[in-house]
Amino acid sequence: MTQPAIFDVAIAGGGIVGAACARALAHRGLSVALVERDVLGSGATSAGMGHVVVMDDSEAQFALTRYSQQLWRELAPKLPANCEYEECGTLWVAADEEEMAAVEQKHRWYGDRGVPTSTLTASELSAAEPNLRSGLAGALLVPQDSVVYPPVVALTLAREAEKLGAALYIGKQVHILSDGKLVLQDGSIIRAHTIINALGSESARITPGVPVRKRKGHLLITDRYPGFVRHQLVELGYLKSAHKSTGDSVAFNVQPRSTGQLLIGSSRQYGAETSEVNQPVVSAMLQRAIEYIPRVADLKAIRIWTGFRAATPDKLPLIGPYSDDQSLWLATGHEGLGITTSLATGELIADLITGRTTAIPCEPYLPARFANANQANHLSKP
Amino acid sequence: MSGVYDCLVIGAGPGGLAAAATAAEAGLQVGLEDDNPAAGGQIWRRGNAAVSVSHSAEQWMERIRSAKVDVLCGWRATDAGTDALGTPFIRVEGLGGFRDLRYRKLILATGARELFLPFPGWTLPGIYGAGGLQAFAKSGFDVRGMRVVLAGTGPLLMAVTAHLHEAGAKIVAVVEQAPLSRLMSLGMHLAPSAPGKLMEGLRYRLRTMGTKYYFGHWVSEARGDGKLERLTITNGSESFAVEADLLGVGYHLVPNTELAQLLGCGLENGFVRVEETQETSCTSIYCIGEATGIGGVDKAQVEGRIAGFSAAGRIEKARSLFAARDKQLRFVERLAAAFALREELRGLAQENTLVCRCEDVPHGALRECHSWREAKLHTRCGMGPCQGRICGPATQFLYGWHAPAPRPPVFPASVGTIAAVDEAGVHHE
Repeated sequence: MTQPAIFDVAIAGGGIVGAACARALAHRGLSVALVERDVLGSGATSAGMGHVVVMDDSEAQFALTRYSQQLWRELAPKLPANCEYEECGTLWVAADEEEMAAVEQKHRWYGDRGVPTSTLTASELSAAEPNLRSGLAGALLVPQDSVVYPPVVALTLAREAEKLGAALYIGKQVHILSDGKLVLQDGSIIRAHTIINALGSESARITPGVPVRKRKGHLLITDRYPGFVRHQLVELGYLKSAHKSTGDSVAFNVQPRSTGQLLIGSSRQYGAETSEVNQPVVSAMLQRAIEYIPRVADLKAIRIWTGFRAATPDKLPLIGPYSDDQSLWLATGHEGLGITTSLATGELIADLITGRTTAIPCEPYLPARFANANQANHLSKP
Repeated sequence: MSGVYDCLVIGAGPGGLAAAATAAEAGLQVGLEDDNPAAGGQIWRRGNAAVSVSHSAEQWMERIRSAKVDVLCGWRATDAGTDALGTPFIRVEGLGGFRDLRYRKLILATGARELFLPFPGWTLPGIYGAGGLQAFAKSGFDVRGMRVVLAGTGPLLMAVTAHLHEAGAKIVAVVEQAPLSRLMSLGMHLAPSAPGKLMEGLRYRLRTMGTKYYFGHWVSEARGDGKLERLTITNGSESFAVEADLLGVGYHLVPNTELAQLLGCGLENGFVRVEETQETSCTSIYCIGEATGIGGVDKAQVEGRIAGFSAAGRIEKARSLFAARDKQLRFVERLAAAFALREELRGLAQENTLVCRCEDVPHGALRECHSWREAKLHTRCGMGPCQGRICGPATQFLYGWHAPAPRPPVFPASVGTIAAVDEAGVHHE
């Protein structure tokens, strides 16, 4: 393959978002360079759960997650088996009657927007998930939610882009990203009409001023216990903890893998910038899981790790041109929804760059909403 | 347990026993922890009544008893932490749950494990690690009349051969990859007064028990219908087949450094780096035995005694053993040179030969990867319960990869154990 002197688009960051952008752009016939410092899909992409989930925190978040979930469902039959796509559905577990009322409300809310869901009574829930403790009030089942193995998806998307002519630069760290140039650590330069910062939690390090903060998470994986849980299980109270913008929080969030293993999460911390495992946070996270599934205490855990989400002040990603530099675009700030929204991000970026109409309104995600850096700083303060 | 050990020793093999006894006799309150049901380590593993325990092990056990060392066997170290008062602890898990063993000084005597290199058929039932087969036989597995091949490299092969022969196995062949010339040179160093006598004597002994010893040979393939039946043995230019019921195969040892790494101790060439006093790069944490360099039972014991004295502040006593230890260290280098693995072993695995047995990842999938991390993320290599303990060293030899520092737990532990706050019940916020 001969490489152009100037690519149409060069993307910094070979996580699932960067890979999805590369694929979408390559499909539209653009010449694309994708640069990854480590291994494709190795950052937050490899640290997260791989839960493809439709969310209702805001209309904009819903629109993006729903659009992306549909893209996942279209892509699924074409994904190789090692992407481990499985439409296991999400069960939002209600602990008490107050949360059950929220389940009913969500059921109607999703129904109004064409998303099939169903409500489970306490006995239906315990039949669906016998290992959950007794005494729970019920749950909301979102059957089209799924799980995937994100590092291999990122690899698959990038390889598809490569087949369409994209150039992959693996093991190359981006040092400077501006003025239509990616300057790599080794001094070499990749030129492009449009350059995209898809560096996740590292975005602001390379492009100062990008309103993204690191939000640390812990996960644990167990040995194989096929059938121990059958759906992605999340406590309804998750929303309360996930959307606090201050303090450390944990929530019950357990996922069955196709291997029979269980992923147990989740935790959220601002201000923790190093990757070591924090035992008090892990304890709190696991105790929460044991509260919901007492028998989980007896399962063997084989590994704990951490990762960094790229969090924005308003919980929505940054997708589109970045005001300070005509050539510079952003595809970052996806926080805990990067796997879910990667495919939609790729489509939005590709449609915007090629001047097409986007499938959903793009305004809520445009970086221009933080045009004033001071405003962004103000918003990010607790 | 709310107390704090003056000195906690992890691993009750020869080195750990020596360290614990020495530190306790010097006046420290000592805890000695091991994941096996009884002390003695891999080499002094107690078996059934027919197998006698080495005299030396008995001596250490006696000293351990009289010095009132607190012996905790059947507990496996899974994690390290610090309690609310800032006292460090090792969390151990056993059948009865978990305990946090607090300490002021820590001596790591975590030993080594066998290196397994993949070859076609190596996952067939009937194929064990050489040491694993010995342990299996010691725990009651009846090998009488069974046709056994021992293969791989290292001094362990001889010990296992002798043991299995005594236990009634029919030793069909012993296949050592190192050429005889290198072993003769090692033999001369071992017995300077009678060059070559050692190997000569050994070969005589093996001949008399009807064993064929092949130097500079290795097993290139195993075949069988559902279990091991036939092995191909080669020296690279000529091959032949032997029939066997059991194969014990191990390519010498790799150090168990995971706990030391988790504690932050520095490594050098894959081994835990230590000072003269056996102290690691972390203050008050010592390391001895195979984890600092593969050198066998005598090295482990002298290092254990040095660490025991050092931990007790008896530096002069420790110093008096430096010369004896340094002599053992020279042996470490000679052993490594004599049993260095030959290039041909890198070429045994075929496309479909499994390298990672936990996740069923074949050589063909790994060959395309450039790093351990890439292999892990894109093929799941090393993601299973062994966490790369088995396949990690194999991929290092086959592909030149280096595994990143281990993450907790160092051994699989129950979610309940990991969820627990420290044993004193102090809740963290």
